[in-house]
Amino acid sequence: MHDFLYGTYPYIAITVMILGSIARYERDPFTWKSSSSQLLRRKQLIMGSVLFHIGVLIIFAGHFVGLLTPTQVFDAIGISHGAKQTLAVVAGGIAGTMALVGGLMLFHRRWTDPRIRKTSSFADIAILGMLIAQLILGLMTVFVSLGHLDGHEMVKFMSWAQGVVFFDGAAASYIADVSWVFKLHLFLGLTIFLVFPFTRLVHMLSAPVRYFVRPGYQIVRSRRENNN
Amino acid sequence: MTAFPTACPRSKITGERMEKIEMGPNWEEILGGEFSKRSEDYNFEGIQKEIYGEYENTFMMYLPRLCEHYLNPTCAAACPSGAIYKREEDGIVLIDQEKCRGWRMCVSGCPYKKIYYNWDSGKSEKCTFCYPRIESGLPTVCSETCVGRIRYLGVMLYDQDRIDAAANTPNEQDLYQEQCDIFLDPNDPEIAAEAIRQGVPQDWVKSAQNSPIYKMAMDWKIAFPLHPEYRTLPMVWYIPPLSPIQNAAEAGAIGIDNEMPDVKSLRIPVKYLANMLTAGKEEPVVHALERMLAMRAYMRSKTVDGVIDAGIAERVGMTPELIEDMYQIMAIANYEDRFVVPTAHRELAEDARDIRSGCGFTDGNGCSTGTSKPSMFGGKSKDFRLPTPQPNPLPNPMHTGPNKVGTN
Repeated sequence: MHDFLYGTYPYIAITVMILGSIARYERDPFTWKSSSSQLLRRKQLIMGSVLFHIGVLIIFAGHFVGLLTPTQVFDAIGISHGAKQTLAVVAGGIAGTMALVGGLMLFHRRWTDPRIRKTSSFADIAILGMLIAQLILGLMTVFVSLGHLDGHEMVKFMSWAQGVVFFDGAAASYIADVSWVFKLHLFLGLTIFLVFPFTRLVHMLSAPVRYFVRPGYQIVRSRRENNN
Repeated sequence: MTAFPTACPRSKITGERMEKIEMGPNWEEILGGEFSKRSEDYNFEGIQKEIYGEYENTFMMYLPRLCEHYLNPTCAAACPSGAIYKREEDGIVLIDQEKCRGWRMCVSGCPYKKIYYNWDSGKSEKCTFCYPRIESGLPTVCSETCVGRIRYLGVMLYDQDRIDAAANTPNEQDLYQEQCDIFLDPNDPEIAAEAIRQGVPQDWVKSAQNSPIYKMAMDWKIAFPLHPEYRTLPMVWYIPPLSPIQNAAEAGAIGIDNEMPDVKSLRIPVKYLANMLTAGKEEPVVHALERMLAMRAYMRSKTVDGVIDAGIAERVGMTPELIEDMYQIMAIANYEDRFVVPTAHRELAEDARDIRSGCGFTDGNGCSTGTSKPSMFGGKSKDFRLPTPQPNPLPNPMHTGPNKVGTN
């Protein structure tokens, strides 16, 4: 079971995420959107959304860099595992709290405002609930991590994540003995990957990053040129 | 005393009863609300506006606002997804519904507040200028159905290379003239020939030559862009309204300028119109109002007194022929004079081979038959349902037998 959840499930989840997103973008582009409910109620949205998004982006970047950077790179630039663990606990703790507060504000708004409740789909509410549960689990791991600030636990996760990326068949065994909080956090995280294409989360793939660097804008579109 | 029977408002979103409606779109229009709020109107800039708060001096005008389909669309500039575009073939500005991600920047980016966010579909929507009708040579629905016959449609030829410079004119008050300078005279044989050489279809050039818009904007100078100071170079232009002469009791005392009332004594202050149409520059608006008053005086003299008074026309820089033409198009306003819309050349706009067996308007649900299945990706299922029969509260002999009415 452990092998399935942490050895096989990651591949299922990531495959569904990638293929599902492509299928949605290709087959049903009309549903690809951020699904804003700002028009229905502005209150609570701005504060909640900004806190949530900034927090989540910091956490995302932290996980990405923290898990996937090879251990040798940290050794080469002289960051000890202990220092990295402390940084992860502090930055992750702050950003996680921001995201959790923002997420709870958004959930309260979505759940209690009759207009937004009515226009929310099951997926809208479920994904927000999952993200909040994931944030709570993530913050719980901070307290577990405080028990081993030397960073040896964290190395296990790095080996696991990098093992998954490089198709290491033994990846699951690296995290066999970690705390249940971590295991649950990983499982829920993979499940979020799994449901990603079926929720509003796809809007992150079309975050308009290019907007900040595009040189000008297109005034006139000629269909003929586009077609050729 | 019991309250008057009133229909309790119901939310169309939740279906629940609402206590009281406090605010809504266009809440304070048509002289609604106190003057202190109305006086915040941007068009009152530079006007001693207090007197217009007095009941006797108050005024009202309707301003049908619609998407202006500018030469320099702010919504297209604001759209982070690049979903908004201006069509090359006819200049219509559209939102690609499949590329729109609902960031809503266009809503705040539109100075005329003409983009709406659809909370149901999560996409922004705007006036499409009824492009399927325009392509078939039909006027837009708003133009065709306007009982006042106030809307006109026509082709304008313009120099696309000068848009950038015109929009960057330093002085806001020059923007009106700058935009006029972009427009090309289709009756100039050189311009007509060049347009055809550059691929404008012959019938479009012909339509441009008969365009009522060109006459109003360029020949008669009575139409103006709405808020040119936004630097959008609007392509929907407005004719300032003539309004009653203020204070009828003093009608004898007001300025009569060469047998015509002074436009300064019109009920709607000229400065207000100028703020709206020429970035505050009064001369063009005064000129336009004078020409329309002259048309009125000329036609009155002709039809009532039976006298052709060419002097009236000449005083406003026109000729009797021009005034007659203006009268024909603006006052008689025949259908074919108001709408000179050439059919689109789809064969030039896109390659028919690429769109064969396409589906047209589908909201991204494939070639829909009107019913759509729920999708894994959150697309809404739209089943076709017959209207539900309502229970009939009155005994009706037609319904005494076994029937389905009232069983719901």
